[in-house]
Amino acid sequence: MDDIKYNTSHQPEHSRTNYDDQLDYGTPASLSSKQVTLSIDDREISVPEGTSIMRASIMAGINVPKLCATDSLEPFGSCRLCVVEIEGRRGYPASCTTPVADGIKVHTQTAKLADIRRGTMELYISDHPLDCLTCATNGDCELQDMAGAVGLREVRYGYDGENHLKSVKDESNPYFSFDPSKCIVCSRCVRACEETQGTFALTISGRGFESKVAAGVTNFLDSECVSCGACVQACPTATLIEKTVIDHGVPEHSVTTTCAYCGVGCSFNAEMKGEEVIRMVPNKNGGANHGHSCVKGRFAWGYATHQDRITTPMIRKSIKDEWQSVSWEEAINYAASEIKRIEAKYGRDAMGGITSSRCTNEEVYVTQKLVRAVFGTNNVDTCARVCHSPTGYGLKQTIGESAGTQTFDSVMKSDVIMIIGANPTDGHPVFASQMKRRLREGAKLIIADPRAIDLVENSPHIRADYHLNLRPGTNVALISALAHVVVTEGLVKEDFVKERCEWDSFVLWRDFVAKPENSPEALADELGVDAKKIREAARLFATGGNAAIYYGLGVTEHSQGSTTVMGIANLAMATGNVGREGVGINPLRGQNNVQGSCDMGSMPHEYPGYRHVSDPAAKALFEAAWGRPLSDEPGLRIPNMLDLASEGRFKALYCVGEDIVQSDPNTQHVTHALENMECVIVQDLFLNETAMYAHVFFPGASFLEKSGTFTNAERRISPVRRVMAPKNNVGGQGYEDWEITAMLAQALGYKMDYQHASDIMDEIAALTPTFKGVSFAKLDQLGSIQWPCNDDYPTGTPTMHIDAFVRGKGKFFITKYVPTTERVNAKYPLILTTGRILSQYNVGAQTRRTKNIAWHHEDVVEIHPHDATERGIKDGDWIGITSRAGETVLRAQLTERVQAGVIYTTFHHPESGANVITTDNSDWATNCPEFKVTAVQVSRVNQLSDWQLHYKTFSEAQLAFAGRDAEAAKID
Amino acid sequence: MDIQRLITMANQIGDFYESYPDPAQAEQGIAEHINRFWALAMRQQIAQYVGQQAGVGLHVPVQKAIAAHLKI
Ligand code: SF4
Ligand code: SF4
Ligand code: SF4
Ligand code: FES
Repeated sequence: MDDIKYNTSHQPEHSRTNYDDQLDYGTPASLSSKQVTLSIDDREISVPEGTSIMRASIMAGINVPKLCATDSLEPFGSCRLCVVEIEGRRGYPASCTTPVADGIKVHTQTAKLADIRRGTMELYISDHPLDCLTCATNGDCELQDMAGAVGLREVRYGYDGENHLKSVKDESNPYFSFDPSKCIVCSRCVRACEETQGTFALTISGRGFESKVAAGVTNFLDSECVSCGACVQACPTATLIEKTVIDHGVPEHSVTTTCAYCGVGCSFNAEMKGEEVIRMVPNKNGGANHGHSCVKGRFAWGYATHQDRITTPMIRKSIKDEWQSVSWEEAINYAASEIKRIEAKYGRDAMGGITSSRCTNEEVYVTQKLVRAVFGTNNVDTCARVCHSPTGYGLKQTIGESAGTQTFDSVMKSDVIMIIGANPTDGHPVFASQMKRRLREGAKLIIADPRAIDLVENSPHIRADYHLNLRPGTNVALISALAHVVVTEGLVKEDFVKERCEWDSFVLWRDFVAKPENSPEALADELGVDAKKIREAARLFATGGNAAIYYGLGVTEHSQGSTTVMGIANLAMATGNVGREGVGINPLRGQNNVQGSCDMGSMPHEYPGYRHVSDPAAKALFEAAWGRPLSDEPGLRIPNMLDLASEGRFKALYCVGEDIVQSDPNTQHVTHALENMECVIVQDLFLNETAMYAHVFFPGASFLEKSGTFTNAERRISPVRRVMAPKNNVGGQGYEDWEITAMLAQALGYKMDYQHASDIMDEIAALTPTFKGVSFAKLDQLGSIQWPCNDDYPTGTPTMHIDAFVRGKGKFFITKYVPTTERVNAKYPLILTTGRILSQYNVGAQTRRTKNIAWHHEDVVEIHPHDATERGIKDGDWIGITSRAGETVLRAQLTERVQAGVIYTTFHHPESGANVITTDNSDWATNCPEFKVTAVQVSRVNQLSDWQLHYKTFSEAQLAFAGRDAEAAKID
Repeated sequence: MDIQRLITMANQIGDFYESYPDPAQAEQGIAEHINRFWALAMRQQIAQYVGQQAGVGLHVPVQKAIAAHLKI
């Protein structure tokens, strides 16, 4: 929305009036505050210093022809279509590369310029196929537009000269095609890959007539290309184009919505033909993504129409029975009668609900409302339990709000970036591109991770200044060592601490970390990291200017996850790195709505807005609004529910959009618990792993089929808009997910009176101070809003804790390192740690049902060559991995990315059973599972594990019960 | 619930507060954490265990915290 690309402060209304967000201004905006006045075609205009003449012209409403320029990229000046005349200057400068100057007089349309431009176009067109009428981008092609704009009428060179018209297409990428015959070598794609994405996969090879765009040595798929689509977006011709556009033609209307994958929360325009999505194009005004995207959001949305989708409600008495397809009414009534039966027999505490970070805010809100007000218990939890619950706890304790402190754009002002236990290029790709841009500009980089993630030294033009490759499970020790250096070398920002923090808590903490046992030297052995490196990294962090910490699940998913989060907050406060742009504590959330699902009160101890259930005022407020008595006792967390279920004391579960069987630790414990329940209701798009243990299946609606909002990692609330009718249409009526929950409530005798998702947001706003000013109407107007949004901050709050912490004074906590009980021994001598990769998402239910499997069709185990050789394991061998929880078999990949003693895998495919081996160890404060540390042994094997064999039979039987053929149900 | 599981969880909470120099403050912290985050049934079970089995396996400050401050 803002004219200025990386300005995160909100622009006043009037300064935006002239900015048309649909226009391509040719070159990026200048950030200068100094204005320059010039005249263009006799129109006077003032623009920021450093603006190009091209941009100034377009701002003045004058269109200069252009081909190689676009406002997402730095100007290049190669096509020379944009030439202008400047009074008193010689020649015909390119307007895209020439900056404005005070008082100059520019002419964009003269006879001479028209001549030059026609000549240039003639050259381009003489080497371009003239199949415009049958070309896939007919009507959406800048070359075509320019031929019209310059008045090209004839091509004097003829079309018979040497040309590229016979070049072979590269169709290797599953989503877009590359037709070199149509390429005008403007190099927008090359620059997009460098500047926007930061992958540097494309080059212009050859010179002069021979020059052409090349992806790696063979083709796109085998190159470094990560299929982000930035080049396709930048290409002015049909050379790089989405295959869906080739197949279906140019879209006719577009709706702005939000990606349903990761916590970056990219804004997209769903470009449609009727009710069919033709392509998803990143929205250049998206607050989180500024027109960029990754392969998931850009291309991997085909799951929404995949044949595996279940679109009719189903019920069954036992999981050994076949599913019966029924009407919505019958399914809802059956579920309600089961809930009533179980309540009467076992009591309300034997029931509960689980929401997912894949749900919209509105869905999460109504689900927790159903559980609290209608089930009459606080047994509601969300999948943040297994990922970022320690963030919620740790940040609430220290700074007073369970959320990240910054915007993504803030990174553009960071001087030192510290990444702990996160892999942004795979997990948060669009934000990683922005971070990489800042790193290429010279920001310093510290990475604390057991594994050499791509940013360590595998990203072009980026190299970590320090890679602290600590042993898995020693995060707290590392934070203490860093803090020790800050405290003992006098690097604390005392004035900040005095003014902003509780001094007593600081003194306690300071005295604790200053102890010799917390020095880098004392901890070096435990960490496996050189003490000198730790000291230098700490000094850099404390003295290198604006320092920001980004962290992910490598911090939270440990037995001391919450402690590390608090330690991170301590470090940020002690060095004064909170409360302005460029600094801060930045949890990188895995799934799109992790932040939102927590905000919406889906934790068993908290109402929406993080108010404890025992807080009498909050209780009274919600009782009055919901008209039902509420419990003031914290409810059960997911692992507690499962433990009690195993003992036969927890019987009914309403699970919306979450797949606990695949995503939670110790799979066999989870499935055993589910087998012991009497009513498992799963609401999802697919017959996921949990649904195989369900008695009622409510088919959900995909993000394209419903309205609502998601809240990303920077607290940005963005709209999800319905672009097609829900596919769960039975008897002429399909439902959005919140409607299904409302119907269930109704059948249980409680009316949820909403006409539209916006009514739910209105209720949330009325009951939650931080959401007070949020409404769908305002989202339409502003595009997105970062909470808190209230009377003081009507357009939201990009940076938090500016003058004071939310809790008043920041509080330091002593963070003692307690080694995990999950230790290596003779039986289990290796540590298994888990992570994710770019092309797949979480449990993979969606991405596995897209062509993204071209990049990742199975989970493999990374193992250090040393550990492999010791065990006679070669690259590509099947290896059995055994822990005290279970065993599974995966293919080995030998690599030095992992340290000796550590193995690594992903968990995107259910048959991999990665969570069969993870244990039920968990974070002390939140029970977030210790996914990142499991002691294991590995050995060569030649058949699948018992669990995998059982899984195969069981899942095939379950698919058959739903009338699905297991083979056909495989991907595409 | 499996009492071993509750004992482990309670001891883990105790570990966090172990370095607090003031034992009274640590005990308060432990109990408050359990009160705020554990369901009533879990609190009752661990309290009963402390009462009846003398809290075998629980670290001393955790035992004390539960005995003195648990809301049941
Ligand atoms: S899709 Fe992205 S990574 Fe691949 S070549 Fe294009 S810009 Fe580069
Ligand atoms: S592929 Fe497209 S963007 Fe790249 S050089 Fe050719 S015409 Fe330009
Ligand atoms: S998956 Fe994440 S980074 Fe990729 S497009 Fe979606 S929100 Fe953006
Ligand atoms: S647009 Fe300026 S030289 Fe191509």
